[in-house]
Amino acid sequence: MRTNRRQFIKISALGVGGLAAVASTTSLGGSLLGIFDSSDPGRDIDFKRTATYCEVCFWKCAAWINVDKEGNIVKIIGNDDDPHCNGRLCPRGTGGVGMYNDTDRLKTPLIRVKGVNGAEDSFREASWKEALDLIASKMKDIKQKYGAESFALLKHGSSGSHFEHLFKAYGSDTIGEPAYAQCRGPREQGFSSTFGSWVGSPEPTDIRDTKCLVLIGSHIGENMHNTQVQELAEAIDKDVTIITVDPRLSTVASKSQHWLAIKPSTDIALLLAWMHVIIYDELYDEKYIKKYTYGFDELKEHVKNYTPEWAYGITTIEPSVIRKTARKMADAAPAVIIHPGRHVTWYGDDTQRERAMAILNGLLGSWGKRGGFYLKEKVKIPKYPHPAYPHPKWGWEEIGEEYPLAQMGLTNEIIRASIPEENTKHKVKAWFVSGTNLPKSIPDTKNLEKALDSIEFLAVCDTMPMDVTGYADVVLPECTYLERYDKLRSATNREPSIALRAPAIKPKYNSKPSWWMAKKLGERLGLEAYFEYKDYSEVIDWQLRKLGSSLKEMKRLGVKKFNRTSGPLYIANGEDYEFATNTGKVELYSTELAELGFDPMPKYTAHPEPEQNFYRLIYGRAPMHTFSRTSNNPNLSALKDENKVWVNPKVAKLWSLKNDQEIYLKNQDGVVTTFPIKVRITERIRWDSIYMVHGFGNANKKLSRSYGKGANDTEMITNVMIDPIMGGTGMRGNFVTFITDLKSIVS
Amino acid sequence: MRYAMAIDTKKCVGCSDCVVACQTENNVPEGFCRDWVTESVSGTYPQVEIELRSERCNHCEDAPCVRCCPTGASQIVDGGIVIVEHDECIGCGACIESCPYDARYVHPEGYVDKCTFCLHRVTEGLQPACVSVCPTKCMYFGDIDDPNSEISNMLKTRKQKTLAPEAGTNPHIFYLI
Amino acid sequence: MKEEIFISGRNLPHIDPHLELWHWPISLYLFLGGLAAGILFFAALVVLFRKEDKYIGAVKYATIIAPIAIGVGLLALLYDLSHVWYAWRLYVTIRLESPMSWGAWTLMLVMPVSMLWTLSYFKEYFPKWNWDFGFLSYFDWIIDFVIYHRRVLAWILVPSTILLGIYTGILLSAFNARPLWNNSILGPLFLTSGLSTGAATIILMSKSHAERRMFSMIDLVLIGIELFLIIHMLMGMLAGSQVQHEASLLLLGGEFTVSFWVFVIILGLAFPAILEIFELVGFKVPAIIPALLVLLGGIMFRFIMVEAGQLTRYLY
Ligand SMILES: Nc1nc2c(c(=O)[nH]1)N[C@H]1C(S)=C(S)[C@@H](COP(=O)(O)OP(=O)(O)OC[C@H]3O[C@@H](n4cnc5c(=O)[nH]c(N)nc54)[C@H](O)[C@@H]3O)O[C@H]1N2
Ligand SMILES: Nc1nc2c(c(=O)[nH]1)N[C@H]1C(S)=C(S)[C@@H](COP(=O)(O)OP(=O)(O)OC[C@H]3O[C@@H](n4cnc5c(=O)[nH]c(N)nc54)[C@H](O)[C@@H]3O)O[C@H]1N2
Ligand code: SF4
Ligand code: SF4
Ligand code: SF4
Ligand code: SF4
Ligand code: SF4
Ligand SMILES: [Mo]
Repeated sequence: MRTNRRQFIKISALGVGGLAAVASTTSLGGSLLGIFDSSDPGRDIDFKRTATYCEVCFWKCAAWINVDKEGNIVKIIGNDDDPHCNGRLCPRGTGGVGMYNDTDRLKTPLIRVKGVNGAEDSFREASWKEALDLIASKMKDIKQKYGAESFALLKHGSSGSHFEHLFKAYGSDTIGEPAYAQCRGPREQGFSSTFGSWVGSPEPTDIRDTKCLVLIGSHIGENMHNTQVQELAEAIDKDVTIITVDPRLSTVASKSQHWLAIKPSTDIALLLAWMHVIIYDELYDEKYIKKYTYGFDELKEHVKNYTPEWAYGITTIEPSVIRKTARKMADAAPAVIIHPGRHVTWYGDDTQRERAMAILNGLLGSWGKRGGFYLKEKVKIPKYPHPAYPHPKWGWEEIGEEYPLAQMGLTNEIIRASIPEENTKHKVKAWFVSGTNLPKSIPDTKNLEKALDSIEFLAVCDTMPMDVTGYADVVLPECTYLERYDKLRSATNREPSIALRAPAIKPKYNSKPSWWMAKKLGERLGLEAYFEYKDYSEVIDWQLRKLGSSLKEMKRLGVKKFNRTSGPLYIANGEDYEFATNTGKVELYSTELAELGFDPMPKYTAHPEPEQNFYRLIYGRAPMHTFSRTSNNPNLSALKDENKVWVNPKVAKLWSLKNDQEIYLKNQDGVVTTFPIKVRITERIRWDSIYMVHGFGNANKKLSRSYGKGANDTEMITNVMIDPIMGGTGMRGNFVTFITDLKSIVS
Repeated sequence: MRYAMAIDTKKCVGCSDCVVACQTENNVPEGFCRDWVTESVSGTYPQVEIELRSERCNHCEDAPCVRCCPTGASQIVDGGIVIVEHDECIGCGACIESCPYDARYVHPEGYVDKCTFCLHRVTEGLQPACVSVCPTKCMYFGDIDDPNSEISNMLKTRKQKTLAPEAGTNPHIFYLI
Repeated sequence: MKEEIFISGRNLPHIDPHLELWHWPISLYLFLGGLAAGILFFAALVVLFRKEDKYIGAVKYATIIAPIAIGVGLLALLYDLSHVWYAWRLYVTIRLESPMSWGAWTLMLVMPVSMLWTLSYFKEYFPKWNWDFGFLSYFDWIIDFVIYHRRVLAWILVPSTILLGIYTGILLSAFNARPLWNNSILGPLFLTSGLSTGAATIILMSKSHAERRMFSMIDLVLIGIELFLIIHMLMGMLAGSQVQHEASLLLLGGEFTVSFWVFVIILGLAFPAILEIFELVGFKVPAIIPALLVLLGGIMFRFIMVEAGQLTRYLY
């Protein structure tokens, strides 16, 4: 084994403290006496409620944290006034309590101790002062040696925004998050090239009023983004037509009138054939097309040969089904949604696939229409005053230069810039990571490890001893969202609203909120002027007062709605409306892409297919988990504590696989999963693919519930197909085979 | 008054929010559950169907668990809700053996525990915890003796089934199919 | 293909993936209850027929085992209760619908009666003790009293031991939810089996050849009945509903087939029956072998029924 500079710390002395065992002794004593009855539920009226918004995923549902008289967080309930949740959280939000109660949490700052004489590296417990001093001194060092730009921030979620402020003040704009290049990037570009607007989050899909919902891969119901699921159910009550395109019978596919079990990677062919039918069967609204779209004739010509018969050979979907479903969409138009999806970095031509989806929406006239896409709006939160940020010499934009339409930092390019052997213009020397578990969220693990090996310093801020913390030089334990203030939530929706996150309870153990860490680091770096407040609540109160509210009021309300100021929710029929594209129209032909030398209209290109005995690896979400972050949550791991590999019965027969048999997976590059995974034999999947839920197979032993449970899909993703337009990392071109002889792995 | 639940399998997505909500509402200890979700898959690819069912105690009209309980700890209270009075329970397990749905478990503190239809909430006019969180609103809880209740209407208008009716327990969780 | 899975991990201890709540304590409890019932039933009959002198083993020696068996059985039951400090709750209610309840009460009745019974033989167990001396003299009149009323005890025991024997079966058969248990034959079957183990114990405790011969004959008849009832039960289940059919397959071609056939049918019933026939027609067979085999078969039968029954369930 190669000895790494940054050896991954698995087993060694993470300070645990003796706090874990306390709870169980009281109940044991009680049960011996036979007098203890812990299952008596409390009454809601006896609980103290604190406003928050959920951090278990990024839908940010507003909620009430309920604390009982003994000071325990009992439950978290949705805020009735919140348009993101309508009073109902998803299972992960309800199970958010488990994040607070998890005794495996990071409890105190940790500093890496190099192993001497071949011993493994380990962590020692440290004081906040030591840990922050160390990080600050490294930040100064790096700035002096290479410039602040060389210190990158990789972040996700609320904590990231505080460090983003710190980094910008420090002089680094080398910032990236996996929610762009590993997630939504291509769809934001595809839709913005078409409608001049990002889709954004929450998606402005008017699902509750739609007559026809088309889901390309998007697996709402497993993807538990809350109001989408709620509105899906509402739509089902109203007899919506659902068309799901997915190689796997997803939950929502099972609720669809039409499940199109497409051959993976061929979606663009289907989309082109649908356009063909709509155009050549004249199923579109001619007046609409004339008034609002640009490039119809080019498109018509472009899709001339893309007939359903042509697509059949590629997608395995019957021409009659393609025709029938196209008609269904047209019948429903404009109350139809070709859903943009969200995690869309699949095959490297993702922006073009998203373009095709956007074009289809354009043809059907659903943008800005009831039952299609509503016109979203959000509240602008006033900026708390601070000096202007310095201007870095380079940053995420320069790092992502090769991808002209990258609109946010590309994590993968920042990682590449951290590897000395890579021929990059700018060099990254150190990372600050917060709220993202890189070994799980970033494909091509080897490359990631190379970067981790090369950088001079790594600080990780997290709540849990997730895999990423094992690589850190310093670990900063953040308290959970239930124990801290964060930025006000302001996100797009039908009605603009804001939501407050306030601490329900003091931070457990020796953990701290990230706003505090950022401030303390700022002070050490001489950036006090950027952090002119004692407590973050002052910032919030100041902002709220500008908005005509106050912290006091928001503690009572949790959520406050505002009136729309941008105009009505929908574009009226025949209204003059200018889209924010070059032409002011819905660009069926993209002038933006054409100018940059990309295909102005999407083309189908064939992608490699699995060799014999190999199957395409596809992955997705389980409704009760968020990526890897919930895998150790006591409430949620109780529901599902491992992933299984879904195998079609025909394939299982070929390999003589049994249900729940443990196997290893090996990919096209010979990479084998670290842990075995159980087999689920199911008719719910095609025979050319296997499926697993993302986020399992954690390698850090400190995760007592999830260590080694299930397998990690990310480590199988070694073939990454980069989207030339925006730099997204296509992750579904990987093929795996089965290793059934477990002994062959152990040796 | 007769409480019952109707669960729309057409809308349920199997997210298991009902299960987590029950955990936190009723202090269900880690590793135990009062409700759970079953997925039933039938057919052959690509003609495949799924039924998702959120399951719990059926609050049976003819509850064998109540019949076989030697102490009377298992009992039927107002509204037909089957409960276990924890400090009358000796933990003999007869009720667990008697339940065709395996809806009960031995609490680590010794007594037998199960779904109470959230009696403590229902008596305060609230919906059971699981019903109140379900993101798809696919659960209906109420009085089936009241012909105008939402649940009565659902049961009047929708096709339905109960689980293992042949076990003779007269279950009161209805699945809308 | 049909797939039925829990998607939110139900993994209740002793319940998933299948019920495994009741184990050896319950099997032992049922076995010992049946055994005590068998012994006491025969002892009582002997007294009622005024054959005490002929069947000393039955009335005097085997009966010592009865209160011990009941005591150990009750301890096993207590051991199995998970909320044991509340066990007294059993005896503040009578719930006739609950076999557990009336069974506990029956035991509560049989237990002291069986103790009185052995008390009535105390002087005969310890003929050399001087009962006029010291504290023993206090017992003297009590013992005389129970000796005098032994027939009353016998009259109590006959119905109550039958009840007890049947109870050991009905406790299981009342569970509609477990198709293997849920048939009307299990009560009489466990009663017969209990009587048979009782008879076997008497054979073991008896020193008289005539008595052993008598109880061998009785045992043989009981084994015959038992075999008939088992076949009847299995046939019924095979012809029954799908769940019952599947339940019977546990014994006829599943997990418990080998142990059931080897230990219960062959070693516990057929083989001792053959040995007893040999003995009756005049071959020399040490009587304790078939008797021990019957006891082994009896205990295995309960173990298997308790474990296997919990594997069976309603399908839905
Ligand atoms: N193979 C594969 N890779 C993927 C995906 C996939 O499906 N498969 N999905 C992609 C997508 S769509 C996305 S959006 C990304 C998501 O990528 P990430 O956001 O990196 O996902 P998580 O694995 O949940 O990692 C979150 C980390 O934040 C920590 N955390 C949680 N709460 C807090 C907090 O309050 N403060 C701090 N400081 N830390 C916190 C968690 O413990 C965990 O370590 O992954 C992408 N990568
Ligand atoms: N419970 C839960 N919900 C979440 C999250 C979570 O972690 N947990 N994460 C949130 C985030 S950040 C995101 S980005 C979203 C992601 O959620 P989505 O945008 O819905 O993610 P997808 O990648 O589309 O979903 C995977 C689906 O794509 C199918 N698929 C695989 N290959 C192909 C293909 O070639 N063609 C087609 N048509 N389908 C294919 C898979 O079978 C699977 O059903 O989920 C969000 N919601
Ligand atoms: S969708 Fe669920 S996990 Fe995400 S913010 Fe809302 S409640 Fe939390
Ligand atoms: S919460 Fe509702 S949708 Fe989710 S599993 Fe339970 S019943 Fe189904
Ligand atoms: S479901 Fe089981 S526990 Fe509930 S009432 Fe019926 S028999 Fe009793
Ligand atoms: S375990 Fe408790 S509730 Fe169940 S039958 Fe026994 S005493 Fe009754
Ligand atoms: S009704 Fe209450 S106790 Fe029963 S499953 Fe729902 S939440 Fe749990
Ligand atoms: Mo994402």
